[in-house]
Amino acid sequence: MTIKQDYTICAPGAHHETDVIIIGAGPVGLFAVFELGLLDVKAHLVDILERPGGQCAELYPEKPIYDIPGVPLITGEGLTQDLLKQIKPFGAHYHLGQMATSLKKRENGLWRLSTDMGTSIDAPVVVVAAGGGSFQPKKPPIPGLEPYEGKSVFYAVRHMEAFKGKRVLVAGGGDSALDWSLNLRPIVKSMALVHRRPDFRAAPDSVQKMRTLVAAGGMQLLTGQIASLYGDDGVLEGVKIKTKEGEMIDYPCDILLPFFGLTMKLGPVADFGLELENNLIPVDTEKFETSLPTVFAIGDINTYPGKLKLILSGFHEAALMAQQAFRYVHPDAKLRFQYTTSSTSLQQKLGVK
Amino acid sequence: MTQTDEDDAIILNVTTMDGKTQALAALEGWRAMEVIRDYGLPIKAECGGACACATCHVYVAQDWVDKLVPPTEEEEDMLDQAFEVQENSRLSCQILMTPELSGLELTLAPGSEP
Repeated sequence: MTIKQDYTICAPGAHHETDVIIIGAGPVGLFAVFELGLLDVKAHLVDILERPGGQCAELYPEKPIYDIPGVPLITGEGLTQDLLKQIKPFGAHYHLGQMATSLKKRENGLWRLSTDMGTSIDAPVVVVAAGGGSFQPKKPPIPGLEPYEGKSVFYAVRHMEAFKGKRVLVAGGGDSALDWSLNLRPIVKSMALVHRRPDFRAAPDSVQKMRTLVAAGGMQLLTGQIASLYGDDGVLEGVKIKTKEGEMIDYPCDILLPFFGLTMKLGPVADFGLELENNLIPVDTEKFETSLPTVFAIGDINTYPGKLKLILSGFHEAALMAQQAFRYVHPDAKLRFQYTTSSTSLQQKLGVK
Repeated sequence: MTQTDEDDAIILNVTTMDGKTQALAALEGWRAMEVIRDYGLPIKAECGGACACATCHVYVAQDWVDKLVPPTEEEEDMLDQAFEVQENSRLSCQILMTPELSGLELTLAPGSEP
């Protein structure tokens, strides 16, 4: 377990039990921790990103948001930090960099959520707060790409050793492309970077390092875009690169690493057995419960008549969801509706009294 | 979207990836991406207009390329995350509709698929 400034990250691969599993640690998932916490309901959050914040952290950390009630202007990063601070008293557990891959009902009535990193969590209630789905690497629309994926084409580097002695081609112009070109270069047979234009958006320092290496003959820089791959049975032999002038360059290589950022895909949530409508999860508007009782969906991932994809709508949905989740988690307890302004017990939970 | 006076309509011609072209009525100040999305045409536009994702990638008809405000460095950087980028590639969230742009022709490009 790692204690970050404001949150606890669980090491992957372990088994946990809790009251509520929240899939998605974006703003709405984070605020759900608050609303559940006020009702003494504990939560574990699972997110594919390495840090909390969802779209706010990944897509627009520096962009101003103007429509949070009572907050005239805040950035995506600022909102994430403030939410983490607000929910800190409730001690939620975070499973980051992990994709929720399956949801099964156990014989004892509890849900079991499993991740791609071998983590399993049991709880009576599940909240899907997965926004636009999980962030996954963008795949180049190159015809016939699939057979190469996982064999010769990789969207992430898990074990550097796998590329030892290979002819590696990295595609892209951002930090991931530059960092991996530089980091892998010492162990590979040959390294080349292909980018659509001579300018790079990556950190100037790494761009400078790359240019120095290119000048010294330590790696190659190609300007253009990959048009096709060749090689049989998913074993890459090379790529054809189209230059700005329309010329085709043949570049032999064993491994292609495309880094074109992330995009949201619904992913395994589609196979959880929930009713879906245009890749969204229909819910009622009293409890935001899905077609499966005790499974809720809040935020951008749900749909109902009049739905607006706004952060503030997700906050409202989290508050109402929490009421029903409490009834499932503590069936024998009486639900008392209280205000944080006046309730001593709520203020104690928040650590302000 | 409401457009009361037909004569004043700003027309945005959009060709979807299946090759079909539609004339959309735009409002001044709207982003081309917002007009396309408002009409329910297939565009991912996942960051909602923050120039942060490149999933509203379009090709601009040659005649119109020079009539648009040139892309900022930020837009050029973000186009690095699009595919099959051409000289006439733009992010439609960075094109603000004005009466002068009535008749603008855009084609949805790879990476914009929902």
